[in-house]
Amino acid sequence: MDWTWFHRWGSPPWFVKNVTPWLKWLLLLAGLMLVVGSCWGLLIAPEEAKQGNSARIIYIHVPAAFISLAGYYTMAIAGAIGLIWRMKIAFWVMRSVAPIGAAMTAIALITGAIWGKPTWGTYWVWDARITSMTILLFLYLGVIALINAYRDVDNGYRAGAILGLVGTINIPIIYKSVDWWYTLHQPATLKLTEDSPIHPDILYPLLWMIASFYLLFAALMLANTCRHILLSESNKRWVRQWYEEGK
Amino acid sequence: MHPVRKQRLIYVLMLVVFSSVAILLVSFAMKDNINLFFSPSEVTSGKAPLGQKVRVGGMVVEGSVSRADSGLVTRFALTDGSAISWVSYEGILPDLFAEGEAAVANGTLNADRELVATEVLAKHDEQYVPPEVADTYHKDGAEKPEGY
Repeated sequence: MDWTWFHRWGSPPWFVKNVTPWLKWLLLLAGLMLVVGSCWGLLIAPEEAKQGNSARIIYIHVPAAFISLAGYYTMAIAGAIGLIWRMKIAFWVMRSVAPIGAAMTAIALITGAIWGKPTWGTYWVWDARITSMTILLFLYLGVIALINAYRDVDNGYRAGAILGLVGTINIPIIYKSVDWWYTLHQPATLKLTEDSPIHPDILYPLLWMIASFYLLFAALMLANTCRHILLSESNKRWVRQWYEEGK
Repeated sequence: MHPVRKQRLIYVLMLVVFSSVAILLVSFAMKDNINLFFSPSEVTSGKAPLGQKVRVGGMVVEGSVSRADSGLVTRFALTDGSAISWVSYEGILPDLFAEGEAAVANGTLNADRELVATEVLAKHDEQYVPPEVADTYHKDGAEKPEGY
């Protein structure tokens, strides 16, 4: 197998030079999709039969929760690649994803609390889904703290990657929590293999918002990775050249 | 693959597998504590402790909700399909509380295994439908899809 593409992505100058030109367009597209999706979900989509308008928070809550999980395995896989191949760029990706994932987890928890009050009658209950999501938030914060805790940057990255890998089991637990235990959360609505018990008028804007959040996540991750590359390599000659060329 | 990298890959896999097994064993051991509520069957079989704070969850039995003539006391029955357990609650019920819908009540079981609740939470099902569609379900008298 030809591995040159893999090594090319591992080169910091190549990464920055090939990502930055289209990064702003990706961010713009993600922003536009979010605006369209929000208008669709808030204004055009019908209200929910039992919950009324309060169910519209689903268009933020569910996509944010999706990204909080996607961000975690991106972070853990990047950490594993960094540990095994000692690729610096993998650690930069890991470091870039952590705060984005933490923010998405916090958004999911906060919107969930806001949704819980009118629907369930409480902001917070220690059911398995909410508890495991709270653990996810602290795992993200722990990884961020560990990366920054060492004077030697490489040790920090290795420690952060190890904590991230130890926490991976939390991801299947979050997914399956509503099936394994009695929770206040309902069983999964979106199903890949069978019909989802959600009306298409509510489903399509939701899927659109999930796609928008994925795009936003990709754009933020790439932007933050470029930022960390430039910060770490700021005294290298290629950075100066790249900066002069861009001016 | 380079032998050093292969060895590091094995270390990483061992790290993930062993920590996962440890955490799964812990959560398996604590299974009963992770469950948010007891089902009515567990209440009638005596698995739920008396005189302690417990939660009981299930479907509110159709026609079981009765309100006291004065005050805010409500009595209703919860079922999981095989057993029924009674709940009395003084307070304001959440908007989504209804007969035929799921609810979780938090309180203590008295000697008759009736839950004296201090808090009642409504549980939403995994269906999301617009009001018009929900109306046609009722009109046709069609069976509601599975699950609560």
